[in-house]
Parts: sequence; structure tokens; C-alpha cells
Amino acid sequence: MLSKSQARTFFLGGTVVTFLIFIGLTIYSMAPSNDQSNHQNITEQVIKGKHIWETNNCMGCHAILGEGGYYAPELTKVIDRKGAPMVKAILQSPIPWAPNGRKMVAYEMNDEDAEAMVEYLKWIGEIDLNGFERIVSPLAKDKIKD
Amino acid sequence: MKYKSQQVAYWFFALCMLLFALQIVYGFIMGFARIGMDGLHDWIPFNTARAVHTNLLVVWLLTGFMGAAYYIIPEEAQRELVSVKLAYVQLISLAVVGVAAITGYHFNIWEGRKFLEIPRELDYLVVINVLLFLGIILATLFKGKRQTTTALVMTMGLVFAALLYLPGMIWFDSQVTDSFFRWWVVHLWVEGVWELIMGGILAFLLIKLTGVDREVIEKWLYVIVGLTFLSGILGTGHHYYYIGVNKIWLIVGGVFSALEPLAFLAMALFAVYMYRKGEKNHPNKIALFWTIGAAIVSFIGAGLLGFAHTLPQTNLYTHGTLVTAMHGHYAFWGAYVMIVLAIISYAMPNITGRKRHDKTNGHLAFWLSNIGMLGMVVALGVAGVVQVYLERRLSMDFMVAQEEVKIHFVVMLLCATMFATGIGIYIYEFIKYGRPTDEALTKNEEAVLVS
Repeated sequence: MLSKSQARTFFLGGTVVTFLIFIGLTIYSMAPSNDQSNHQNITEQVIKGKHIWETNNCMGCHAILGEGGYYAPELTKVIDRKGAPMVKAILQSPIPWAPNGRKMVAYEMNDEDAEAMVEYLKWIGEIDLNGFERIVSPLAKDKIKD
Repeated sequence: MKYKSQQVAYWFFALCMLLFALQIVYGFIMGFARIGMDGLHDWIPFNTARAVHTNLLVVWLLTGFMGAAYYIIPEEAQRELVSVKLAYVQLISLAVVGVAAITGYHFNIWEGRKFLEIPRELDYLVVINVLLFLGIILATLFKGKRQTTTALVMTMGLVFAALLYLPGMIWFDSQVTDSFFRWWVVHLWVEGVWELIMGGILAFLLIKLTGVDREVIEKWLYVIVGLTFLSGILGTGHHYYYIGVNKIWLIVGGVFSALEPLAFLAMALFAVYMYRKGEKNHPNKIALFWTIGAAIVSFIGAGLLGFAHTLPQTNLYTHGTLVTAMHGHYAFWGAYVMIVLAIISYAMPNITGRKRHDKTNGHLAFWLSNIGMLGMVVALGVAGVVQVYLERRLSMDFMVAQEEVKIHFVVMLLCATMFATGIGIYIYEFIKYGRPTDEALTKNEEAVLVS
């Protein structure tokens, strides 16, 4: 029968071993040779776009890379689906964008900010998502290169 | 209750009740917005309501864990807390930081990272607050007459939770890296170290409520938390399938996250077995209901419903849909909300000296909230499956598919009303218990049962 000290060894040993493997896999995933995100394409504009994305909590309604609020459309492939001019127009609109009556906050972004958002979303749209890019936004599927 | 300083837990639990009620209000705002009734949009848009709803959950659960620690640690260490004044300072500062964050969300002041919306400036205050809390707990524990496994496991969970908050404070230029390390906080909290805290509270409650020998309970506690980490740490990989990192996570995440239900299954079997093995004469039946209920519902919500969409082949279609919301609601309810409500139900008669623990209202609160939550989860699940099919199989536009699932949110709101009624009764009972009393120190019926 299992003793308390054996149970403790199982807990501590299992934790240490799996944590070390986890750290190893993290280092492996983050290695530049395993990059799937086109990291070299992250420009100042993309970083600015990410900052705008976060400071307005866009993820509170939309999703990106499949993560977010599920209240508004997934935006991973939005540039493919809607095109950059449409996306810019929505971000700059003084009237809330409301497809099927569901309202978005009217951000009234200036040209510079809207352009940064488009660059950020373009970068997101190019990431290799292990096949999810074909599922997440089927309406853009035909435009994805093999 | 044996130690006067345990009374401080009451005020943590009171803050829990307040924040929980507020969380439900914001949940209703979101539910009504989903069926087109978004009259509050100009003041509380959906992203504000969502951030408030999820952050209140995190804050009130942490407040509950802290209250539980202030109640449990003195009893386990067999001494008073090292400083009650500092515990009150910690409570007030926690409430102030929480209120500041929530208020900021209404004025577009946030960080916009799912579950970690709190602005960076306030993050530093959170760190100071948690350090103060850990200082009080650790000092009490190590100055105590004994260091039990239950107390050590719970404290270990609290220390790891604090450490794991730090990766979430690092800025990354890449959305992919940002997301990767955000899961270090969110996943390793809820599917890792929080389970240690839950396990610690569960073990404490089972020792007290069933009278089963501490050595037996604590041995199995080690096995359960061992299974939790063995599966949960590498199970983080199920968040990495489709966010732009290496394919290796499809295998690692798939295998280890498929093992995650084992820890919850063990927890459920453990609780039921200890109950059957133990005494059946503890008067606090309500606390027993919440305790055993937490172990069983967490297995269904976190274990089974998590497994339902954790394999990469399934998650490819369900990732980023309402299926996740379905799992999230029942997992948090079973694993964490119910265990906090269990420790509150157990502690209140002991803190106040008023034995209101087998009132009809208590049972009503348990069943209404549980049936209501189950209904909400079923409604969300149906909406999620329909969304997956329409959007991802039939290529329907997002908003067109949303129109189709609207009716399920009407059902969800009806079930949420039942749930809220149950929680309302629970809070009413909490208020009826009144404030802590010193005479509670002299009433210690439990000692007879446990000894």
C-alpha cells in the first residue's frame, strides 16, 4: 500500500520532472529556427497596432488567434475577408459599426492609428497556425496560398 | 473556531459575497447584449462588461482563497495569525486595487489581455498586496506548533500563484509570445496551482466534516496534487495548438491535457470515499453538500467538459468559440466557486457562533444555483456546437451564425435567473449569520467529533 512519503515523492518528483520538460519545450518553441510567426516582419507599426489593440481591449469582444470574447468576429484573417480599406473605415467611423444590430464602440481613430491596426492585423494574418488558419475564417480560405 | 484571529476571514468572505453579486450583474448585462438588448452599450459596452465579469471572478475567488487561508492556517498551525492588523490592511488594499481596476475598465483604462486586463501600474500594487498576504501566512505557519500537509499544500499553491503572476507582467512585441506567456499565468493558475489551493481546502474540510484520519486524507491529497501537476503543467500545451507556435505542442498538449481529468476524477472519488468512510454526524450538512458537490462538479466541468474539446482534432474547430465559454463556466463553478462557498458555509457557524447550518434556505441556495448553472452550461454548449457547425463547417458569416444561436441565450438568461436566485439566497443567509462574535470561541462542538 502506498505510504504518505511515497505519495509525497510522487508529487514532488512528478512536478519537478514535468516542469523541467515544460521549460525545455518552451525554449525549443521560442528558438528562432522554429518561428512560425514571421517575427522579422514585426515593424514599429505592428507593435503600435498591438498596443492599440490592447489599450482598447479589442479582445473583450473580438477574438484573435482564436482567443478573445466571442461576441464579435474572429479577426485573424480579417484583412483577407474584408480588405484593408474596409477595416480602416470601420476603425475611423464616428458612428458605431453595427452589423445585424450588434454595436461596436466607435473609436474614430486617426489615420496613423488605423494604419497601424491594419499593419498589425496583416502580420497576424500571415502567421502559420498549424492548420487553424483554414478553419478559423472559412470565408477567407480561398485566398490562402498553399 | 479556536483562534480569535480567524475572525478576519469573515471580512474576506463578506467582500467575496459583494463582488460575486456584482459579477452576476455584469453577466446579465452580457447575456442581454447577446440577445440584442444592449441599452447600456454607451456606458458599459460588451468588452467592459466582460472584463468586469471575468476579473471580478478572479478577484473574488482570490479573496475567498485568502479568507480560507486566514481561517485554516491558524487552526492547522495551532496559533493566532502573526498580525491581524496587517491582515486588515491587506484586505482593504486588495479591495481598493480591485475597485480601482474595475472602475478603470469603464473609462477604457486597461491592458486588454484576456483575464489579465488589469493595468500594469496596478499590477505592482497587486504584487505588494500578495507579498503582504504571503508574509502573514508563511510567518504564521512557520511560527506555528505544527506544519501539516494540508497547510503546506495550500500555502504552496498560494506561493506558486503569486510567482506565476509575474510572467503576465512582461511586455512582448509579438502577439504570439504574449499569448504564450499569458497562458503561463492563466492556465498554470486554474489548471495547476489553484488546484493545490482547492485540494488544501478540500482536505481541511474533509478532515473536519468526516472525521477521517488526517494521515489518510493527506496521503491522497499528495497523490491528487501530484496528478494535477503531472498532467496540468504539460497540459498547458492545449492552449498552444493554434496560436502560431511549434507543432510539437499538438502532441504534448494533446496527450497531457487528455490526462487532466484524472486529477479531477481522483478528487471526486477521494471526496466521496472519505465521506462514505467517515462519520455521518457532523451537523453542518450544507458545508458537506458544497464540499462533495465541488469535487464532483469540478470533475464534470473541468475534467469531462475540458476533455470534450481538448484533443487537437476537436479543438481545431472549437478553438475560439462558445464551446470554450461552456467549459469555462462549469469548470470555474465546480472547482473554485463551490469550494469557496463550501469553506464559507463551514466557517460561518464557527465564526459567528450561530448554528444556522441546516436551514431550508441553505439547501435551496445549493440546488437552485447548481441546477441554474447546469442549465446555463447546456445552453452555452448547444450555442457553441451550433456556432462551430454553422461558422466553421458551413462557412456562415459570424453575425449570421450569431443570429441563429440567439435563442440559446434566452434559455441561458432564464437559467441564469434561477442561478442568481440561488446565490441571492446564499448571500441572504450569509447576512443573516451576522458578524463574528467572541462567544463563538467558546463553542467548539466539533472538537468532540474530530477527536
